[in-house]
Amino acid sequence: MLTEFGKALIFIILGLVFVAGGLLVAKILRPHNPTAEKTLPYECGEDPIGPQWMRFNIRFYVVALIFILFDVELVLLFPWALVYSKLGMFAYVAGALFIVILFLADFYLWAKGDLEWIRPEPNVPRLDQLVDHMPLRVKGATPPAASPVATSE
Amino acid sequence: MYQYVGLIVLFPLIGLFINGFFGRKIKNETLVGMIGSAAVGLSFLVAAGIFVEMLGMPEDGRSHVVTLFTWIAAGSFKVSAAYQIDQLSILMTLVVTGVGFLIHVYSIGYMHGDRGFWRFFTYLNLFIFAMLNLVLADNYLLMFLGWEGVGLCSYLLIGFWYDKKFPGTGITWTGDAANKAFWVNRIGDFAFMIGMFLIFREFGSLTFREVMGGAETLAVGNNTMFWITLLLFIGATGKSAQIPLFIWLPDAMAGPTPVSALIHAATMVTAGVYMVARNSALYALAPTTMMIVAIVGALTAIMAASIGIAQNDIKKVLAYSTVSQLGYMFLALGVGAFTAGIFHVMTHAFFKACLFLGSGSVIHAMHEEQDIRHMGGLKKVMPKTYWTFLISSFAIAGFPPLSGFFSKDEILWKAFSDGSLVLWIIGASAALMTAFYMFRMVTLTFEGEPRWAKDKHPHESPATMTIPLIVLAGLAILGGFVGIPAVLGGGNAIEHWLHPVFAQAHHTMALSEHSSHTTEYLMMGISVVIAVTGFWFGRRMFLADPEADKRIAAKTGFLYRLLSNKYYVDEIYNGSVVRPLVRTSESFLYRVFDVRIIDGAVNGLAKTTGWVSAMMRYVQTGVVQNYAALVVLGLVVVLGLLIFS
Amino acid sequence: MNQLLTDTLHTAPIMGTIVLALVVILINAMKKDSLALEYWVSLIGIAANIGLAVWAFPLRGSAFAGTVMTGGFASLTAAVFLVAAGLTIILSRAYIEKIGVNFGEFFHLILMGAAGMMTFAAGTDLVVTFVGLELMSICLYALAGISRRVHKSNEAALKYFLLGAFASGFFLYGIALIYGMTGTTNILGIAQNIAAYKSEPLFLVGAGLLLVGFAFKIGAVPFHMWVPDVYEGSPTVVSAFMSTGAKAAAFAALLLVFTATFDFIHSSMNTVLSVLAVASMLVGNIVAISQTNVKRMLAYSSIGHAGYMLIGITAGGDVSMAGVLFYLISYMFTNLGAFGVASIIENAEQQGTDLENFRGLYYRRPLLAVLMGVFMFSLVGIPPLAGFFGKYYIFVAAIENGYTWLTIVGVITSMISVYYYLRVVVLMFFQAPEEAEAPQVTSGGTIALLVSAFGILLVGLFPSIVLGWMGGLF
Repeated sequence: MLTEFGKALIFIILGLVFVAGGLLVAKILRPHNPTAEKTLPYECGEDPIGPQWMRFNIRFYVVALIFILFDVELVLLFPWALVYSKLGMFAYVAGALFIVILFLADFYLWAKGDLEWIRPEPNVPRLDQLVDHMPLRVKGATPPAASPVATSE
Repeated sequence: MYQYVGLIVLFPLIGLFINGFFGRKIKNETLVGMIGSAAVGLSFLVAAGIFVEMLGMPEDGRSHVVTLFTWIAAGSFKVSAAYQIDQLSILMTLVVTGVGFLIHVYSIGYMHGDRGFWRFFTYLNLFIFAMLNLVLADNYLLMFLGWEGVGLCSYLLIGFWYDKKFPGTGITWTGDAANKAFWVNRIGDFAFMIGMFLIFREFGSLTFREVMGGAETLAVGNNTMFWITLLLFIGATGKSAQIPLFIWLPDAMAGPTPVSALIHAATMVTAGVYMVARNSALYALAPTTMMIVAIVGALTAIMAASIGIAQNDIKKVLAYSTVSQLGYMFLALGVGAFTAGIFHVMTHAFFKACLFLGSGSVIHAMHEEQDIRHMGGLKKVMPKTYWTFLISSFAIAGFPPLSGFFSKDEILWKAFSDGSLVLWIIGASAALMTAFYMFRMVTLTFEGEPRWAKDKHPHESPATMTIPLIVLAGLAILGGFVGIPAVLGGGNAIEHWLHPVFAQAHHTMALSEHSSHTTEYLMMGISVVIAVTGFWFGRRMFLADPEADKRIAAKTGFLYRLLSNKYYVDEIYNGSVVRPLVRTSESFLYRVFDVRIIDGAVNGLAKTTGWVSAMMRYVQTGVVQNYAALVVLGLVVVLGLLIFS
Repeated sequence: MNQLLTDTLHTAPIMGTIVLALVVILINAMKKDSLALEYWVSLIGIAANIGLAVWAFPLRGSAFAGTVMTGGFASLTAAVFLVAAGLTIILSRAYIEKIGVNFGEFFHLILMGAAGMMTFAAGTDLVVTFVGLELMSICLYALAGISRRVHKSNEAALKYFLLGAFASGFFLYGIALIYGMTGTTNILGIAQNIAAYKSEPLFLVGAGLLLVGFAFKIGAVPFHMWVPDVYEGSPTVVSAFMSTGAKAAAFAALLLVFTATFDFIHSSMNTVLSVLAVASMLVGNIVAISQTNVKRMLAYSSIGHAGYMLIGITAGGDVSMAGVLFYLISYMFTNLGAFGVASIIENAEQQGTDLENFRGLYYRRPLLAVLMGVFMFSLVGIPPLAGFFGKYYIFVAAIENGYTWLTIVGVITSMISVYYYLRVVVLMFFQAPEEAEAPQVTSGGTIALLVSAFGILLVGLFPSIVLGWMGGLF
């Protein structure tokens, strides 16, 4: 006697078998003949330029995060909007609180300047920060000092 | 007022904290001393308030237990920080705080200029705090806390001048004397503890009320009761300096004199007496123990009194006198005269405190000279000290109508009527010696021609020292009137007062009034004669010839040497117990057992553990994937155990 | 509407803390250089919220349709988390300036984390429990990595986040399986029919997954691997908060779900719990011996302590539950204090918490050394400090419930622990001082440490008062 979970288990096993079996069969059947073009990453038919580990501006992530925040809000508000007439005041207050808190978050981002594409204060590289990485030879600096014994002669 | 009993204990604690934490900062000695004294004084006032309230109550409604908070609760074992206020404990509280207050005031003068002035008052307050816990506790454990607490204070205060030399058997520094007191007390405390365990096993409780209630149903001669009472009594012999554990008290004189007065004469050493009295109902069930108590008390009384005759240090004489008087108290307890014992505790506190403080005043005046052979003629220089000292000496010698007469006579009478003739003879002989050595001391110190060095200029002590002396002397005169026996037409108020506390014990022992009044008069007469004889010999012999000791020594030879060397008890203990113990501990316990076996095993274990630890560190790779893998592995184990076990 | 108001009122400590956190972040957004203001607002707000928790203590019951517990247990735990948060904030005032992360968001995250802990410990619906867990965890992930320029801090945050997310997955999956079997996520609802599911494999798997989620948060072996790395890498005050607040929250929730509600006594669940307990005690205490960094040593010690508390959970019964709660309170004060001392010793580069840096501390900063001594002795469990009674009550309960062997393991490992705790004391007091400048001690830090030490003493001297609060909580 199978429970509902048992059926799900059989389903999972079958799924695994199908995927693995397909790959296995393909592996056996397909010809293996790589060329330079074939190993290139696919970029809509264009030749790839530069390394794959390209840096994106970190702002993309911030904006993406904010976007997801509001996305989630929408996901929650749609079902809420559908049923809140039935649930009454309780649901209304709950939803309102949710929006208020999100608004506060939005306000925080705004006030901190995270919604600007370019932050108001650009971070100008300074010399003292460079020193950490590469010791600079400053012109006219004293050469390695002679030992005191040598000078006293 | 009852509910304020916590305050009695709280005030010294406050004083202790103020002086303990800020004493070093307070530059003003008087302020430190005032804080310390005020704390005790306030406690006294509260205690007096409770006492007055108690007077207005019906006789059997005077005992109360005030619970402050639950201290320890573990299963059926429950101990509260609770205070039992009844006729006995309030009397002791009054004595402790009253005499304590006077000695605090006295110390302001005596300790003047000492570098540890604030430390001294901190310890004194700690002592009062512990002592009050001891006498007010409603259960054995809290009492034991006080018991250990006063032991600790005693240790701290004996060694107060820790860098001062102090000669004695196996002792070179005051610190050694403090150690000796502590160790000897530990032996007693250990017995006390075992007694306490037995009580808990037997009665399932540690509160006095429940234990006494349980004791009501037991038969006289119960074997367990014998052991419990005996163990408790061994504890008392430690704290109250009885044979065989009395040796620490004379050396305790290394401490400052107010300490000797407060702790080693008036209060702490009577803790054993108080404890036995508190457990009178248990002792009544064990006649064998009672007999042992009486015999030990009587022997201690006479032994210490005889040693006192041959001592030359003013404080040593008083120390042996204390041991001897404590012997009396135990003699009283042993024959079932609990009231008489407590009565003597009270009167003794007055006159012995006065004597010690007087001796302190003398030592102060003589610039730390303690040998009475180098004194003499101080009567004219310091009259106040002289008169108070003299009054107290009469009191301790048992001259009517001073307080010592009533209490000591009561004890001797009870020893005779409820005990035996032998006990009475021992007690009476000790009384004779007491009168003798006291007046030997008074005469050598105050009378006759001055024998001190020319460069010394004795002077009367300041008022902070003499006023307590006068008050205590007054108490030594009047203190006895609360216990005038019925035959002299008195009401014996203290007997009535304490009657409810000892009713159970008296009921168990069922003592009868069998002696006639004539006998009592006769005994009283003999007491007076003994006191006068001792006084007369002591005064006459040493007034005529301050060097009389030498003559006696020449005549009696070995006997005198035996006395002046305190029966060689210290030497015997040293040879038979202390040194063998040290040697065994050194050569076997330390070299073989500890170093080889214990250390070997421990080090081996430690090394193994350390190695395992170092090995297990390697599991911590720092790679998150491994961690996650271990989590999954753990999950598998958890699920496996859950489903298949 | 009235119901809504009452429910809000009864869960006032949680609500109040969330509002406080929002106020703090708004101040931060609106006002520049407002760290001091935020600090004081946080502290006053926490005090007010503790007041609310005390006020709500008698209001025992549940709110929001039986999903959140109110009063009693919830109030007590809320007060514990708030005290932990308050002490952490006091300690961090100088610390975050020292290591250069003096953002107002720090306080906000601590407060939000505390709110999460309260929700976690008060949730009577597994979904609410999970929301609390996540709210707490996300704040802690951010806090662990707040020191952005320090590699170890980044590493700690990332490790914590990855493994935490992993464990949360298990937790959620466990909830799902339990829901699948019982048709409800309300723990009271589940408990009602527990007898029917008790031996169902799928229910057991669900409970097991749930347990793994909890075990991860409390840092029980073998789910402990993140603990040393994260505690060492995070800013020290954050480690303090994690090791006390987060651990206490996880234990409180575990207590609520597994002991107070699900009647698992004398079942295979107890076997699992006892295995975890033994493994934690052994691994935590033994590996701590070979640590040279105090933060790392404390991390392993906290694994060991989780083991002791698991004994209490295994034993079950009112006494041991009260014992675990007692342990949590005493451990909260003790560990906050110990990490607090480490945070003061630490230098601006977040280095210098090695054992060597404690050498001769007594001669440089006597008060600090004495306090550290108190904390170490309490961790060892020496009376009359709080740590002793924590262990005592748990061991007594274990023996009464027939787990004497667990107690024996507990006592043996305690003895092992004496070595590494007292090593710190020996270094501080009996070794020649290191040639180093004395660490800067601020009044705030001193106050927080003194409060902790005072708490330890108070709880240790009057254990019956604290136990009295727990009377009849379950």
